[in-house]
Amino acid sequence: MDHRPQAWGRPRDDVYGAYDASYLQTSGPKNATQSPVVTGTSVIALKFKDGVVMAADNLASYGSLARFTDVKRLRVFLDSSIIGFGGDVSDMQYLDRHLNELAIDEAYDNDPSTVPSDGTSPPGTLNAANLHKYLQKLMYKRRNDFDPLWNQLLVAGLDADAKPYLASIDLRGTTFTSPTLATGFGSALAQPIMRRYASTEEQAASRTREEAIEVAKECMKVLYYRDARSLDRYSIAVVTKEGVELKQDELLERQSWAFAERIRGYGTQTV
Amino acid sequence: MAMFSQNPLMNGPNYSFNEGPKVNAPEGARQHRFDPYTDNGGSTLAISGADFTIMAGDTRLTSGYSINSRYHPKVFKIGGTTADQHDATLCLSVVGFAADGEALKERLDAICKMYQYRHGKPMSVKACAQRLSTILYQKRFFPYYVYAILGGLDEEGKGAVYSYDPVGSYEREQCRAGGAAASLIMPFLDNQVNFKNQHVPGSGEGHALQERERKPLTRSEVEILVKDVFDGAVERHIEVGDGLQMMVITKNGIEEIFLPLKED
Repeated sequence: MDHRPQAWGRPRDDVYGAYDASYLQTSGPKNATQSPVVTGTSVIALKFKDGVVMAADNLASYGSLARFTDVKRLRVFLDSSIIGFGGDVSDMQYLDRHLNELAIDEAYDNDPSTVPSDGTSPPGTLNAANLHKYLQKLMYKRRNDFDPLWNQLLVAGLDADAKPYLASIDLRGTTFTSPTLATGFGSALAQPIMRRYASTEEQAASRTREEAIEVAKECMKVLYYRDARSLDRYSIAVVTKEGVELKQDELLERQSWAFAERIRGYGTQTV
Repeated sequence: MAMFSQNPLMNGPNYSFNEGPKVNAPEGARQHRFDPYTDNGGSTLAISGADFTIMAGDTRLTSGYSINSRYHPKVFKIGGTTADQHDATLCLSVVGFAADGEALKERLDAICKMYQYRHGKPMSVKACAQRLSTILYQKRFFPYYVYAILGGLDEEGKGAVYSYDPVGSYEREQCRAGGAAASLIMPFLDNQVNFKNQHVPGSGEGHALQERERKPLTRSEVEILVKDVFDGAVERHIEVGDGLQMMVITKNGIEEIFLPLKED
């Protein structure tokens, strides 16, 4: 028996054979994510006059398998911004840890009691626009290294002038803003509904919080009807200058599957 | 290579989703590799006059058949002393892959600002044009997938337009169209700005036929031309539309004009 501390807790060579050290090699080509594995589907978000509403369901799929049914894909940053994650869940969790570190670093430098009364963020703290720029640089750097974080992110909150802010970042570092945004299937299924609610910034600025939440819920329902990788449990967050209100275990209401009766062309029915 | 196929002389209008990587794999086999590029569509245009330059671009951002944003400007003021660029003298337009365009714009802007701080004067278009070429060529083997156009006024106060390919080849021109609808716009500009194929009526047959005399267009003529060009491009190219952003560079500064385009 080998009693040396170096051997404690290790598989014994006489039982399992010598460990193949080639698995530990650090030289040679690196393995970057070449495709997503466990994935989250759409995230949707829309502006209203005082802030932004964002929603995403709580499912993490493994291909067509509904693998994890209680994964929260919206996270709050510094009680003033929200980030919604579509795409690879492990990359989301990496970003989540990274943002926790960033939030702690920020908290060292800034005293939250110095918040100005006009709703603008205290000087030096990261608002949603700053956070978006940070994440854009991060994602673009990773794509330049051919080691992308396989996500599409929506960032919502307030900008430096305390105006509602909403923007998107994808795995290549491409960014854009719009009064309403959706990732994945949502860009085909939810965007048309949300653009009917507000197709311009002016229209979004005339909408109320209640209207925005209503439209977000309607979109989550449509996505559940037609996106096979979706779930009826979802998270919804509202960010205004008062802060973030996050609900993580909502259930879709007033579903009607009557339309399914009329669908023809799939399955076993004749005619 | 697919990324060079936007040469307006080579072929017709291209759509970004036709430019995906071609995989030499057996039928049915799937090979997935990260493609660091996409084409976000859109079109840009620059025309120089006797004492002004007009740069323009649509504000649509697409990926495939989706419109990601209806307001994503492609023309930027470069090299002002502050973030709001109120005293900028140059304009850069970028079209192609939006993330690279953003990165290129920010790099060139930072370089122009450093120049200003070091030398106490703004960079000339000529110097900036050469520097932009160098920036692009430095990434020769992992290029910024961007068709850039730089505009300003030269040392004599005349309008100057410099156009680039993604790896930094550049030349000074009277006018240039870039991006998705470049192949639709450029021949029209050849005719309307440089009076190509325009002749003096009744001046003769064959080689005796005299070309119409070239003279720079006035500002109002160019503004109308730009609007008409984009209205035409919107009709014939699905990746162009939503809004028209125009920057008019004169000795008094840069004026920004925004006009609506069709959103269909």
